[in-house]
Amino acid sequence: MSAVTGDQPRQKWRELEKQNNLVNTLDRVFYWLVILGAVAISAVLLWIGVQIAISALPAIRTFGLQFLVTTTWDPVRNIYGALPQIYGTIVTSIIALVIAIPVGVGVAVFLSEDFIPNSIRTPIALAIELIAAIPSVVVGLWGIFVFIPFIRPFYDFLHNNFGWIPLFSTAPRGNSLLTLGIVLAVMISPTIIAISRGSLIALPRDLRQGALALGATRWETILRVLIPAAFSGIVGSIMLALGRAMGETMAAAMLVGNSNQITTSLLAPGATIASIIAAQFGEAGRDQVAALLYSGLILMILTLIVNILAEIIIQKFQNIE
Amino acid sequence: MTILTGGFTILILIPLVAIVWDVAREGIGQLGIQSFTELPPPPGLTEGGFGNAIIGTIYTLGIGAAFSVPLGILAAVYLSEFGRGTQLAYMVKFATNVLAGVPAILAGLFAYTVVVLTTGTFSAFAGGVALSVVMVPIVLRATEEGLLLVPQEMRQAAIGVGATKFQTISRIVIPAALPSIATAVTLSLARAGGEAAPLLFTALNNNFWSTDIWAPIATLPVLIYFYAIIPFKAQQQLAWTAALVLLAIILTVSISSRLLTRRKFQ
Repeated sequence: MSAVTGDQPRQKWRELEKQNNLVNTLDRVFYWLVILGAVAISAVLLWIGVQIAISALPAIRTFGLQFLVTTTWDPVRNIYGALPQIYGTIVTSIIALVIAIPVGVGVAVFLSEDFIPNSIRTPIALAIELIAAIPSVVVGLWGIFVFIPFIRPFYDFLHNNFGWIPLFSTAPRGNSLLTLGIVLAVMISPTIIAISRGSLIALPRDLRQGALALGATRWETILRVLIPAAFSGIVGSIMLALGRAMGETMAAAMLVGNSNQITTSLLAPGATIASIIAAQFGEAGRDQVAALLYSGLILMILTLIVNILAEIIIQKFQNIE
Repeated sequence: MTILTGGFTILILIPLVAIVWDVAREGIGQLGIQSFTELPPPPGLTEGGFGNAIIGTIYTLGIGAAFSVPLGILAAVYLSEFGRGTQLAYMVKFATNVLAGVPAILAGLFAYTVVVLTTGTFSAFAGGVALSVVMVPIVLRATEEGLLLVPQEMRQAAIGVGATKFQTISRIVIPAALPSIATAVTLSLARAGGEAAPLLFTALNNNFWSTDIWAPIATLPVLIYFYAIIPFKAQQQLAWTAALVLLAIILTVSISSRLLTRRKFQ
């Protein structure tokens, strides 16, 4: 039988080896492909920043850091300064946060404790999260035709009775910093609610039971024990919400009035970085495009700082858990 | 305090109900078959629809998905199958979360400088590139969650019978996670389908039928924006109807995907 040790088994062996090599190669190719995908995602973020910075270079060279502190925006003479937009972005974000933080945290507490039965709580949480899914252009449309007519009488009241306060000194037109601030508050609340609620629910049960056992009332437990314990998660959610408020574009372009000026009055129209890019980019000449890209770069830097801080704060919270 | 927070909860639900209610009320009157098959009317006339914008939305979303879905799935496979606990995985997750927070309009500026300036024209392709930036973090995060739900025993069983990593992932893990991957893709399409900001200066707009991916194209969100801010009643009416269609699609997708994932976690 030793005669059979000819070519047949050896050939079979070679075939198997070849197949095995193929499988191994495939495995290795797949591994590198997957790594490439993972690296590409991080690279995209970098690419966006670099690309916008390079395109903004002409405006950066011309205006330098003066761009941040001057108020002229004159496409005819090609002089640009972004202070009014930066001011508008900050003011509308602050208004939004002032409203959304108490409401958001309050709702998060309400929906994480057992004030109401679970069968009602879950659908409410779902419904609130749906606000975040409404396209911002639809919110803007609703804002123009429903919200502004609704809120106008209230603005008139504010102006007529409290007009002596600089904040309400201009005759209200509807489109204003305050309008956008309120609408932004609605748009960012779900972010605060979802993440704050998540971090409140994640707290160990012993914490609550311990506090109650020491004789604390329900609200003492919530305010002195639970909220401090979930603090970093709540702060992280607020930072994320701030990032969203600063970058919100369509609702801003439709509701803020797109007027490039700085006024102390919240009832006056204004502009945000995102709104001015949306409103002017389409018809902008070359120099103006560069100036708008420079504004975009500022927005990118601002939102990156806020988002990275949020990320770090939230991850720190998860590590404690 | 209880009453106050309860009141806040009702307060925050009011805008949701109001928006859905008002969009339905204003939009339903004009809704009809012509909404999906006809072009928008010229100023002064009233009939018409937004068929071209629906085609355009499908085009830009298709191009966006073609970039973002493979990339997002590959990166998600890395995170769940290879990179658990590694430095690279940490970096990728961090970058993804930050990318998810980058304002959508910056995705538009990015696609403008990369595609529009290079090709010299606004186009459906540029719009798709911008949308892919919006979509990729959503695809990645939702896919990763789906992959992590696949029981570890299934992987061990596959490896145990001699399968390689690639065979395990392609024959066992991905098929098992396919429903969650489908949800991830649908969710990202729903999110990107409502974005107007990245399309304003990439896909721009087009008042006529267009199926050319290298030419400007109309999309639903951009159409809503332009028609909301012009003073013609018929166009405003069309914006409401388009908003109704868009909102109906997006809310349906969001609600059903939330319900599906919720059931899976329990």
